[in-house]
Amino acid sequence: MFFLAAEGGETTHNPIIPLWQEVVVGGIAFIVLCFVLMKFVFPRMEQTFQARVDAIEGGIKRAEAAQAEANQLLEQYRAQLAEARTDAAKIRDDARADAEGIRQDILAKAREESDRIIAAGKEQLAAERATIVRELRTEVGTIAVDLASKIVGESLADEARRKGTVDRFLSGLESAGAR
Amino acid sequence: MFGQANVLAAGQAEFPPKVEDFYLPSILPWGAHDTYWFTKVTAMVWIAVGVLIIFFLASYRKPQLVPTKKQWFAESIYGFVRNNIAVDMIGHAGVRFAPYFTTLFCFVLLTNAFAIIPFFQISPNSHIAFPAFLAVISYVLFNYIGIRHHGFVKYFRNSLIPPAPWYILPLLIPIEFFSTFLVRPFSLAVRLFANMFAGHMLLLVFTLGGFAMLSANAWLAPVSVLSWVMTIALTFLEFLVIVLQAYVFTVLTASYVQGALAEEH
Repeated sequence: MFFLAAEGGETTHNPIIPLWQEVVVGGIAFIVLCFVLMKFVFPRMEQTFQARVDAIEGGIKRAEAAQAEANQLLEQYRAQLAEARTDAAKIRDDARADAEGIRQDILAKAREESDRIIAAGKEQLAAERATIVRELRTEVGTIAVDLASKIVGESLADEARRKGTVDRFLSGLESAGAR
Repeated sequence: MFGQANVLAAGQAEFPPKVEDFYLPSILPWGAHDTYWFTKVTAMVWIAVGVLIIFFLASYRKPQLVPTKKQWFAESIYGFVRNNIAVDMIGHAGVRFAPYFTTLFCFVLLTNAFAIIPFFQISPNSHIAFPAFLAVISYVLFNYIGIRHHGFVKYFRNSLIPPAPWYILPLLIPIEFFSTFLVRPFSLAVRLFANMFAGHMLLLVFTLGGFAMLSANAWLAPVSVLSWVMTIALTFLEFLVIVLQAYVFTVLTASYVQGALAEEH
């Protein structure tokens, strides 16, 4: 059909001259396409892109805020920890100082006590010694006098002489012992 | 349409193919040769428009922050034209042109693609009427944008007077006028039209050539097969041309808009 028609002297077309009917049809079709796509589709895509950007940026912002808060908390905890450490060190130092003081006190008291006990012991010893010496002296004197009286009889019973003689004797004894 | 199919079936296809092969008989009224309101070509334009509208409306009916596969696909087409053409060529101000550029790109790409889709097998863009209309829109668009942005006088001064010594201006101004305001719409339209026209013509030559040789002499059958193999190879080439020309048309339009917005020449 086409073949025959072309043979039959159909008006020839020049491909570089547009057919006005096609321009009209193509134009209307393209304008319809532009209208629908540019009004209902691409602006919504642009909105979606924007929403996506917002979502991502919002997420990043939230994460940054959380990070900042966490950092702040960490700082706070660190500060508190440092404070607690300082406190602990101070308490330990105080305790050590107290302990040292108490030790010194106790030592001093003990030394005092021992000194006191020693002094008391010495005093008592001296007193006892003195008593014993006094008693011994009397006793020795008496025994010696008794002995001497038995030996030499009643002649030496004169008290004054006897006292002087015994005392002299004893002093001699003492000085001989000291030498 | 049936006419041509019958001719092919009868092995009487005329060889070599002629320009008239591009002008298919009308569908409504059936078989007429001088009405062009409803032919295979205009039908394909409507189909392209319908497919694009349905695809985009369907895939963007309920947009979500985390996209579905379909939504992602529609978005990546728009994102490609928006970021790789509009923003790359024009800068940040290019975003507001991205919807038109995307529409243009999709329309040219799909109408071009009819050239190699079975049963369509001819691109509407091989009729200069459609590229011409698109080129006129681009022409009006960039001039309108330029005049609105700079004002009438400044826009033409920017476009026509390049920064050159005064004594060479008498030569440059006519050249600028010619290249910017006369040649641009024609070069846009003819580039797309000629590519699609030549692509269809090449496929016709090799397809019909195979039949012609086969009917001329049975001994030429191997050459016929070679010719058809060439047709397949050329279909791949045609695919490249289809994508490239859609891209080029959009990029050039963006480049013209960018030139119209530029402060300096």
